[in-house]
Amino acid sequence: MEDRVLLSLLEKNARRSVTDLAAILNESEENVLNMMTQLEKDKVINGYHTVINWDKTNVDHVTAVIDVSCIPERDNGYDRIASMIYAYPEVDTMYLMSGKTEFLVIVSGKTMQEIANFVGSKLATVENVTGTTTNFILKQYKSGGIVFDQIDDDEDDRMIVTP
Amino acid sequence: MYEELLSTTVKELKPSGIRKFFDLANTKEGVISLGVGEPDFATPWSICESAIYSIKTKKTHYTANAGLLPLRQEICKYLKRNFSLDYDPQTNCIVTVGGSEAIDIALRTIINPGDEVILLQPCYVAYEPTVLLAGGVPVFIELKSENEFKLTAQMLENAITDKTKAIILNFPSNPTGGVMTYEDYIPLIPIIKKHQLVVLSDEIYAELSYDEKHCSPANFDEIKDLVILVSGFSKAFAMTGWRLGYVMANETFTKQMLKVHQYIIMSAPTAAQFGAIEGLKHGQKYVDEMVEQYKLRRNFIVNGFNKIGLPTHLPHGAFYIFPCIKSTGLTSLEFCEKLLDEQNVACVPGSAFGEAGEGFIRVSYAYSIEEIKAALEKIEIFMRKFQ
Repeated sequence: MEDRVLLSLLEKNARRSVTDLAAILNESEENVLNMMTQLEKDKVINGYHTVINWDKTNVDHVTAVIDVSCIPERDNGYDRIASMIYAYPEVDTMYLMSGKTEFLVIVSGKTMQEIANFVGSKLATVENVTGTTTNFILKQYKSGGIVFDQIDDDEDDRMIVTP
Repeated sequence: MYEELLSTTVKELKPSGIRKFFDLANTKEGVISLGVGEPDFATPWSICESAIYSIKTKKTHYTANAGLLPLRQEICKYLKRNFSLDYDPQTNCIVTVGGSEAIDIALRTIINPGDEVILLQPCYVAYEPTVLLAGGVPVFIELKSENEFKLTAQMLENAITDKTKAIILNFPSNPTGGVMTYEDYIPLIPIIKKHQLVVLSDEIYAELSYDEKHCSPANFDEIKDLVILVSGFSKAFAMTGWRLGYVMANETFTKQMLKVHQYIIMSAPTAAQFGAIEGLKHGQKYVDEMVEQYKLRRNFIVNGFNKIGLPTHLPHGAFYIFPCIKSTGLTSLEFCEKLLDEQNVACVPGSAFGEAGEGFIRVSYAYSIEEIKAALEKIEIFMRKFQ
C-alpha cells in the first residue's frame, strides 16, 4: 500500500482509529500501526492538529501574516536568520518565499496589541532583518481544506432511496 | 375512474420495487440511508462555474440536436484517452438527457414489436419497462453470485432464440458491482457476432472500476458496429441532477436514433453541456480523486459487512455492494423492512432488481466513511438476533 493514501486519510481526519484505517486500506491493524510509527519516525508525520474556528469561541485570538525582508548572510544564507525568528513560540508557521520579501511568517496572539509588540520588539530587531509588513487576518473562510461557516451546503439533499 | 382511457402497456408496467421502498422509508424520520444510487460528492466547482458562465453570457438556446459539437469532440477524445475507443464526433455521437434517454432512444430505434431483448438480472430497474415501452419482449438471464455476477457464453447461448434482437449489458453493474474483464468478454464475442445481436452496453459506471481497467464490448473490433454504448456524466463527474448522457453507435444507428431524440427531446440542456465540456477538458483529476475515495469506502464497507456475518464479495466496480442475507431466513424485502423498522437504516431489497436478486440486498457506499460506520454499527445490532 502506498504511504500517500494513508497520509491523505490522516491529513483529512487524524482521529480515525487504526481499526478503521485498516478496514479502509484493506490492511492488518499491525501494518497500519507500523506504517504510522515509521512515518512519524521519518518526520513525514510531524504532528496531529485540530482545525479550529476561533471566531466561534469566546477566546481572544488574532492572527497576522507578516512579510519579512532581510539580507542573507554570506555563510548561512537565510537559514540562520529564519531560525532566530521561528524559535519564538508566537510564530506559528514560517516560509522562505519567492517574490518581493524573503519570509512569510504567521503569528498568533491574544490581541492586535500583543502581535504589534512582538513585531516591534522581537521580529523587527532580529539581526539582518530589514523590514516587516504586518497583515492582520479579519476573517478566516477556509483552512486545511475545510470551509468555515458553510451555509447548509453539507446537508445531504439526495432522496433516501433511488435506483 | 378513467382507467379505461389508459394505455394497456403502461398500465401493466409494474411499479418499481425501489419506489415502493422509498415511500416506506420516507415515512420515517432520521433514517440512515445506504439506499442511494447517486454520488454524495458535489459536482466539481469548475464544471458548475462553466455552466453558470454560459448562462451569464446568454448561451441559453437550443443546441444542435446531437449536442454541441465541441462537447461531442471532447466526448470522443475522452473515450479514446480513457478506454481506447474510436468514435467520430460528427457521425457516432448523440448527447442525451442522461443515460436514461440514451437507453430509451436506442431501444425504440432497434426494436420491432415482438423482438426479444435479453436482460441480465439482477439489473437496473429501468431496463425491463423501457424494453416493454418500445414493444420488445424481455428475456432474462439470471446471473449467479458464485460467478461474481458475470455473463458466461453458456448462459448467453441458452437465452438466444430466433426472435432475439438485442442484449442489454451493464458493467460495472448496478446493483451488484460486478464487472466483465477483457478475458470475460472473449468467449461471448463470436456468439454475439454469429447471431448479429445488438449489444446495448450501459457503461455509466465505467470510471468506477477499481481493480482492472474498464473494458467495453466496443473494444472488440469484430462486434464494435453492433454495440450501442451508453454513458454519461452522472456517476463519473457527480452530475446526476444535470441530466446529461450520451450514446455512441455506428452511423446507421445514430442517424435513426437522432430522429427519435430530435422529436421527443430536441436537444439536451445547454448549460449542462457547457459544464460537461469543462469536465472533460479539465476534470479528470477530480474524477480520479472521487474514484480513490469510493475504492477506500468499498474496502471499509466490505470488511464491515463480512465482520457482521453478511457474506459480501469485493465488487470491482460501481458504488454498490450486494451482500447475501440468506442466512437470516428472511426474504430481502422482509430484511430491509425489519432493518428500517428496528434500526432506521435503509438498504434496497435485492428483489427490486429482479427475482435473481432475491436473497441479497443492495447497499450503496456513496456515503462518507463516518456515515457508513454509523450504519454498520446499527446493522450489527440488528444482526445479533440471528446469531
